[in-house]
Amino acid sequence: MKYTYYPGCSLEVSSKSYSDSALAVSELLGVELIELEDWNCCGATVYLSYEELISFSLCARNLALAEKYDRDMVVPCSACYTSLKKTASYIQENAELRNKINQALQAAGLEYKGKVNIKHLLEVYVNDIGLDAIKSKVKRELKGLKVAPYYGCQIVRPLHGFDDPENPTSLDRLVEALGATPVYFPNKTSCCGSSLVATNEELAFRMQKDLLLCAARNDAEVIITVCPLCHMALDAYQKGVGKMYGFKFKIPVLHFTQLMGLAFEIPSKKLGVKTGLVPLNKALSAYI
Amino acid sequence: MEPRIGVFVCHCGTNIAGKVNVEEVANFASTLPYVTVAKEYKFMCSDPGQSLILEDIKQHKLNRVVVAACSPTMHEPTFRGVCQEGGLNQYLFQMANIREHCSWVTEDEESATKKAKSIVAGAVYKATYLEPLEVKKVKINPNTLVVGGGITGIQAALEIADSGHKVYLVEKEPSIGGHMAQFDKTFPTLDCAACILTPKMVQVGQHKNIKLFTYSEVLEVSGYVGNFKVKILKKARYVDPDKCNGCGECALKCPIKVPSEFDEELGMRRAIYKPFAQGVPNLFTIDKEHCTKILKDKCGLCEKICPREAIDYEQKDEIIEVSVGAIILSTGFQIFDARQMPQYGYGRLDNVFTSLEFERLCSANGPTGGKIVLKDGTEPKSVGILHCIGSRDDRFHPYCSRVCCMYALKYSHLIKEKTGAEVYQFYVDMRCFGKGYEEFYNRLLEEGVHFVRGKAAEVTDFAVYKGEEGKLIVRCEDTAIGAIRRIPVDMVILANALEARDDAKDIARIFSINTGADGFFIEKHPKLAPVSTTTDGVFIAGCCQGCKDIPDAVAQGAASASEALSLIDRGVVEIEPYTSVIDADLCSGCKTCIELCPYSAIEFDEEKNVSVVNDALCKGCGTCVAACPSGAATARHFTDKQIFSEIEGVLA
Repeated sequence: MKYTYYPGCSLEVSSKSYSDSALAVSELLGVELIELEDWNCCGATVYLSYEELISFSLCARNLALAEKYDRDMVVPCSACYTSLKKTASYIQENAELRNKINQALQAAGLEYKGKVNIKHLLEVYVNDIGLDAIKSKVKRELKGLKVAPYYGCQIVRPLHGFDDPENPTSLDRLVEALGATPVYFPNKTSCCGSSLVATNEELAFRMQKDLLLCAARNDAEVIITVCPLCHMALDAYQKGVGKMYGFKFKIPVLHFTQLMGLAFEIPSKKLGVKTGLVPLNKALSAYI
Repeated sequence: MEPRIGVFVCHCGTNIAGKVNVEEVANFASTLPYVTVAKEYKFMCSDPGQSLILEDIKQHKLNRVVVAACSPTMHEPTFRGVCQEGGLNQYLFQMANIREHCSWVTEDEESATKKAKSIVAGAVYKATYLEPLEVKKVKINPNTLVVGGGITGIQAALEIADSGHKVYLVEKEPSIGGHMAQFDKTFPTLDCAACILTPKMVQVGQHKNIKLFTYSEVLEVSGYVGNFKVKILKKARYVDPDKCNGCGECALKCPIKVPSEFDEELGMRRAIYKPFAQGVPNLFTIDKEHCTKILKDKCGLCEKICPREAIDYEQKDEIIEVSVGAIILSTGFQIFDARQMPQYGYGRLDNVFTSLEFERLCSANGPTGGKIVLKDGTEPKSVGILHCIGSRDDRFHPYCSRVCCMYALKYSHLIKEKTGAEVYQFYVDMRCFGKGYEEFYNRLLEEGVHFVRGKAAEVTDFAVYKGEEGKLIVRCEDTAIGAIRRIPVDMVILANALEARDDAKDIARIFSINTGADGFFIEKHPKLAPVSTTTDGVFIAGCCQGCKDIPDAVAQGAASASEALSLIDRGVVEIEPYTSVIDADLCSGCKTCIELCPYSAIEFDEEKNVSVVNDALCKGCGTCVAACPSGAATARHFTDKQIFSEIEGVLA
């Protein structure tokens, strides 16, 4: 299956391991990811709340470029996914906005008609490829590994996404397909606070503390994420959060594609599993 | 005789005149062929409006009348009455709907006026060819069918039976009583629900004029107002009602345990059971889905133990036919499945209960004997009641369920009385509109209940602060103080919405009535005909029509009984003469119409070799008219000539 691939800025640099593992896993599953040529930053959600029209235009440029191909566009980052999807639906519903944005795009010789279908990478795996196909590629079942499936706040919102916005289950089901055990994780859609780190660190840390505590209390051995920003929030700041709140534990954080790669026996180096800041624990090392 | 048509254009206050230039329409009407007089007036339906028409009929010797006003479902009967009074046949009247079809749905005044003219012209052109018709009078069967044995149906059945008329009361469950039988106390008086309901149930069971069919459903209804034929499915209960005295020995011995529907699955019943001790009739029923004797021919203990030999595994479903003149539907409601809102944890977190579950917990004849306890058997020290779960929510039901605020207050009182626990109400608005309701709210404020103004966002068991461990934490935005709050409680009660039953559409189809966008049955008029439907002789009452509390449901039960009695006491009913007629001279005897007629109203006269319409059965749908290859079938009051003329008028 062929998809237009929109990696987003994070996957270029800070979450290189997400990109590497996503490409490796996709290849194995027969998902051909063709990178969108000349894509630009989506502006993320921060820009959306600051200056809507410019932010919409930024996203729309990507959509206009993608519209040249008769393929669905797949996005691995939840922030990119939300910004692009939001833009696409606003353009669809609001003719006035559509005209304004197309005027802006005209300067670059582009036009967006509203035909691009945007999907998150998790959605492609679970719904398009299917859990049975994924199961059939598992070479080493992650038996007994206790995984906290963390969805974050953006992937299932706004409504009309691919999973229940209040109680999503697609990642839980994927974890099960890999032979691992999803732990009870009531905070699975709570926000990680990543966009607050720069402006209100104390609040951001409090939000991250709740997520880490919730995973620890339910005996999770690893937290998996579907968004580079969530990954950064829980991995890069875990030490600081732990210090602030006096935690005695460390929980490694993996991109969900890395966990899939481990079950598919893709070399761990290729997956970049050791690039996280929180060191791997015993439970995970067993699969490396 | 040449037609002399009078056209009367109504302003309907500003309803029509606000958009339509009524004077211009009346002037236009006066230029139409055969129009003798055309006038406009503020309210045609009022007494002076009617007199105006009456005088003009006499003065101008009118022989056709057109009123341009509201929908004919609203005032056609009114103006037909005026025609009759003026000595005209009532079918020489034609209504032009320039309100619902025009002023209410057109924004621009100019186009509204233009449209009104077209509608009026259509009516005038049709009126030119109207013919006098004779109303048929049919005797009314004095019996009534009541469907649904909750408090509404019970009230309706008793009112009618007490007046000396026969009632057939059909109830799906093994006992009558409905939801009210599940309640502990009732708001705002805190009357014991059983104490006020069970005597009425007994009265129903013993009344000589009530024939009770429990564990039964209506399969089919045919006929028309005053003369309905009803097929009732009486499901086999595998117990002989003449022998069983309700002693209950059988249930003591039955080894099969099944979650009790009456106890909202908080307790167990046996495969042979009575839903609750005070059930009426005092009969046991075998649930064939679970009885091993019926499923696998194993066991048979109840037959051995029954001292009256009442068990009969061979009993079969029966179909019974009854004839009635009026039908009352009081089929009730169901509650919203809270699993659809997983953020509140129902079905996932142990101590999250629905409203009906709490009623059973609180009830003296419930699974805990009336003790309010958590799943581990201990008493809660704090309880959160979450309002508007599935109500006032565009994702589910936009409407207010009308009872939740009040039962939440009732629960608060009962919880404080029985356990002394702290009670937190998470409300959007407190709606305490009924008699004594606001007073009850004030009483609860004084009893120390905490009212938190904000819809709960989530119930979680993830403790963050001290004191939250092992509790259910209700998160909400308290809009009174503008802060996000986390309130830990031991028990959560969800005030889930009342909603139309899943089978409401099927019931509506059986009785030829309609359901609205909210799923409830639609009444004929929301204010002036609240228990009537557009199908004559079929009435609706209670929660099947919309959410309501017990006083309102009982009032509607009585209102529907009064409507039914008023119909029955008329003795005869007038049937609209809109039937088809087949011209024997033109009929070729091809029988096409006989096969197509949805009401089996056409018979074949073998002798004359022609099809003949049975007036009593024909509903005037016009199928035969459209299908007849020789043009022999005509629909009275909707003849080809009349319809083509009407179209010509609209297009003129």
